Amino acid sequence: MEIQADRAKVLEGMKLQGSKQKTVLKESMWRYMIKNWPLYIMLVPVFMYFIVFKYLPLVGSVIAFQDYNIFRGFLDSEWVGLQWFEQFLTRPQFFRLFKNTLIISLYQIVLAFPAPIILAVLMNEVRKSAFKRTVQTIVYLPHFLSWALVYGLAYMMLSTQTGLVNGVIERLGGEAIPFLQSAEYFRTVVIASGIWKEMGWSTIIFLAALSGISPSLYEAAKIDGANRWKQFLHVTIPGMLPAIVILLLLKIGSVMDVGFEQIYIFLNPISYEVGEVLDTYAYRIGIQNGQFSATTAIGLFKSVIGFVLLVGANKLSKKVTGEGLF
Amino acid sequence: MNIRLTSGERAFDILNILLLTLISVIAMVPIMHVVAGSFSSPQAIIHNRVSLWPVEPTLENFRIVVQTDYFWKACWMTVKVVAIGTVINMVLTVFGSYPLSKMHLRGRRLILLFIVFTMVFQAPLIPIYLVVKNLGLLNSMWSLIIPSAISAFNMMLCLTFFRSVPEELFDAAKVDGMGEFRIVWQIVIPLSKPILVTLLLFYAVGHWNNYMAPLLYITDKNLQTLQMYIYSLIAMGNSNDMAVAAASEAGIKLLPEALEMATIVLATTPIVILYPFLQKHFIKGATLGSVKE
Repeated sequence: MEIQADRAKVLEGMKLQGSKQKTVLKESMWRYMIKNWPLYIMLVPVFMYFIVFKYLPLVGSVIAFQDYNIFRGFLDSEWVGLQWFEQFLTRPQFFRLFKNTLIISLYQIVLAFPAPIILAVLMNEVRKSAFKRTVQTIVYLPHFLSWALVYGLAYMMLSTQTGLVNGVIERLGGEAIPFLQSAEYFRTVVIASGIWKEMGWSTIIFLAALSGISPSLYEAAKIDGANRWKQFLHVTIPGMLPAIVILLLLKIGSVMDVGFEQIYIFLNPISYEVGEVLDTYAYRIGIQNGQFSATTAIGLFKSVIGFVLLVGANKLSKKVTGEGLF
Repeated sequence: MNIRLTSGERAFDILNILLLTLISVIAMVPIMHVVAGSFSSPQAIIHNRVSLWPVEPTLENFRIVVQTDYFWKACWMTVKVVAIGTVINMVLTVFGSYPLSKMHLRGRRLILLFIVFTMVFQAPLIPIYLVVKNLGLLNSMWSLIIPSAISAFNMMLCLTFFRSVPEELFDAAKVDGMGEFRIVWQIVIPLSKPILVTLLLFYAVGHWNNYMAPLLYITDKNLQTLQMYIYSLIAMGNSNDMAVAAASEAGIKLLPEALEMATIVLATTPIVILYPFLQKHFIKGATLGSVKE
């Protein structure tokens, strides 16, 4: 009885609190803030972080339109209009960088994007759940290795002297192939290592989408005489489509971002011709050679293209599939 | 289920299992090869006799690596960054998410817009670099921690989870005279363990594997992280001066590849040991946000 009385008191208190809040809302902003000061205090460091590390650099991007001088800062540096953009777009390297970025991105979309979808479907068809769990545990693991480690593993697999793959090739009577020291194999190695690292982990999102499909849909399809292939076509694919479309849109929106760490780590002077992309070039001439303004122009150029692509892809997708990000 | 399988379906099942086994093997081979190599003698490695099993087993490679000064420096730097960085990440994420999970917070929509905007429009590399430089963070551990002190995406995940805590609990706590900070500590955090553990792991692995930030901000060899150390070891062939000196003194024939393999194995061990325990949390976290990456 006592407990119940207590509970009643608490409930009463809550009602009071609730009605108080209603009056609070009518108070002035200032009084509300004073009353709830702890909530605002908590937000102060968060606010400061976003201002200093997100907004300040955004504002600082104006150096793309300046002849930026470190000692004068972006407030005093000279304005040069679109000089850096013009210079960059007319440079002979521009075409090469743009092409490399697009090609690698295209390979990622065509080869690396569908891989986890296929793997998720295959895993979903497995009936023995112990086997399925084992496969999952194994294929998720590479995601947790850094690119530096993946490079190390690739080196140990592919080096001409001690690499496992070249060892096998030589034992079969072939010639060792300099996978890591050639322009020819650069894109293959980058894309393959990307698939190796992320394919398993990326299945998670598709497996979640698959588990969200109602079993009754499969039952209904079976009653209608659909075999497993037909069920896959008419139930599984439509069930996964929203997740696929959203991830594809995000991927298209970031066509210009092919993964700095991944490319940078595999890149060497021999593979610049086919492997250097906008991001790695920006690092090389920006940070290493100190061409701050020119590099920021490249960065802005990249962001604008990415944004336009995202909006365009979203529009197209809404028209075609009815799915979209916004 | 008691459905009888047609021969076509049975063939598919067998093929499927074979295919998945093959994919799993491909996922494991590079790791097994490096583990095998790290335990093999340099002679076996140089003659390319090591495949997936140690040949002429030895611990010598590890012994030389752990004698290397820079290896330990890099380990210590990485451990510091992971520990301090993750704590800061978690405090800021919780502090940012809790007030914003309250629908009655004045200015809530504006603050959310302020944060989401940064997810859509990101500044180019150089302006960020200049901010870090002008704050005097270059070549300090803090350059690896402060510029990534909070992730807007993780904060959104956390905020959504906090919203599921019933408002009545907070009201009752307030009736008992608890302040907001105590509510966070004694009610919100214990009730949100699943999401907090997930975020903790995401942040910690992110710090552990980070390569780009040290590449940009750290030039002092004494401050390099484990990932930088490994990359410089393999790509630039900087097989360690210290190790080389120690080994040649002891009259040991050195093979860079053997040391690299041993270093890779040592650097991967913490993750592989923790991995089985963390796996379920990670998976929960990856699906929590419905769309990752």
